[in-house]
Amino acid sequence: MSSVTVESPAIQTVALTKRFGGIVAVDRVDLTVERGELFSLLGPNGAGKTTTIKMLCCLTRPTGGSASIMGHDIAKAPLSVKAVIDVSPQETAIAGNLSATENLMLMARLHGFDKRVAQSRSEELLEMMGLSARANEKTKKLSGGMKRRLSIAMALVSDPEVLFLDEPTLGLDPQSRNSIWAYIEGLKGAKTIVLTTHYLEEADALADRIAIIDDGRVVALGTPGELKAAVSDTPVIVVETTGLTEQAVDALREIYPQVRRFEAGLEIEGDDISLYEIEDCLRPRGVTIQATHRRRVTLDDVFLELTGKQLRE
Amino acid sequence: MRAIALARRNFMEVWRDPLSLGITIGLPILMLLVLQAFGGVDAFFTPTMLTPGIVLFGFVMLMFSTAMTLSRDRETALFSRLLTAPLKPKEFVAGYSLPYLPVAIILAAALFVIGAFLGLEISGNAGLVVMVLLVMAVFYIALGMILGSLLPLAPLSGAYAVILLLTIFGGAWMDLAAIGGVFQTMGNVLPFAHALDAIRDVMAEGAGLGDIAPDLYWVIGYTALVAVLAVFAFKRRMLE
Repeated sequence: MSSVTVESPAIQTVALTKRFGGIVAVDRVDLTVERGELFSLLGPNGAGKTTTIKMLCCLTRPTGGSASIMGHDIAKAPLSVKAVIDVSPQETAIAGNLSATENLMLMARLHGFDKRVAQSRSEELLEMMGLSARANEKTKKLSGGMKRRLSIAMALVSDPEVLFLDEPTLGLDPQSRNSIWAYIEGLKGAKTIVLTTHYLEEADALADRIAIIDDGRVVALGTPGELKAAVSDTPVIVVETTGLTEQAVDALREIYPQVRRFEAGLEIEGDDISLYEIEDCLRPRGVTIQATHRRRVTLDDVFLELTGKQLRE
Repeated sequence: MRAIALARRNFMEVWRDPLSLGITIGLPILMLLVLQAFGGVDAFFTPTMLTPGIVLFGFVMLMFSTAMTLSRDRETALFSRLLTAPLKPKEFVAGYSLPYLPVAIILAAALFVIGAFLGLEISGNAGLVVMVLLVMAVFYIALGMILGSLLPLAPLSGAYAVILLLTIFGGAWMDLAAIGGVFQTMGNVLPFAHALDAIRDVMAEGAGLGDIAPDLYWVIGYTALVAVLAVFAFKRRMLE
């Protein structure tokens, strides 16, 4: 049993590495997640997010480095680690022949809760996730969104100190996604949460801090604001147009060199941009301006700048 | 406590699949009814000699069900979730194995009741028969745990066929002494023939514990070994 100090961070990894043969899935990752923090691992598919989670949940052994959860070493004290964590895996993880109540009771009992407490926590979570009306049906009959909500509820029923949510809203409709976001938002501060996602909006809206992962390495770490501020503070004006021609774009480039064409119009980057000047340039060339707005830097810009590729690729 | 919670879930999975359960219990009963009809041709096919072998045949099917449940579970995200719960490997093995024990008991009881109607007799202590059968039930279920931990679904049928043949050639419904040769030698080093000899000696000749002790050592030894190996096999499966 490892020694636990009150001051230990919720999660600490030191040069955590996982190799599969010649492939390095996670490459010397150093992370510190404080207690009560909502920490997001952001990166494209195959970046190493899920492998990192699996190592931290003691489901796969690191090939290098070390990690501890609430002061418990994942290699030396896996049972102590498992007693303080729970995980909602990327795929919906429920027993199809059992009802929603039975699934929740199963997880609560596996984590050592007595029957009465398990029952009461199950009912509470079913209510919270809007599943009470279908609580006693076999879960294989539930819709995809309901199954996913149940799968997340199963990670919460043990009241873990550290909660791993691996792509919790993957493939969900916007309504279900919003309700899960609202629930995660409600847990902030009360629990340490590690959220892996490749949805930028999700990380931006929910996370206290974000680690951007690419090819198994942490390429940036900070709050969403810090990450965006580090990229560029040059304003970008978005001009949505109809009838745009290459000649019109070339003419505008003579005034503003940083002009990028996109599906619905143009993005112009630079200081002292004049909308009148843009209109004076485009209108005589048959281009109609539909709308203009100033665009804020997104995490996609951050990812593009750091890795040379877009997160959505 | 935690193992019981897992066993409860697996028990519900078993009982909510009536088709598999029906086949596991129904097929050995059918086999007993068919084979005992040859009783007039060969004295070995009497209910007293045949029933213990048919029970072991049923246990092989139970072993297959255990292996299938675990192997199928291993391919699901639910299994990863279960592995994040704070259970030791032996608790997982118990949780997956325990639900099959009641099925084994029901299966053996059904066969013995039907055997009794057909003329089965137990001259010795019935408790000894129950004891040997219980140990063998644990043996087969633990064997299923090893297979389910190590093999994916596809090769399980091959492993099932091998264990079934070993059980049959261990004397399930043939007289090994009469066949002799390699089959008898093989029977003497595996637990199947020892278990059947012990049960048949109690049933047909009224043998006591002291008489069957040499066979019992083989059966208990193999069962302990397979149970320990099942825990190691599962432990290996817990970490990728």
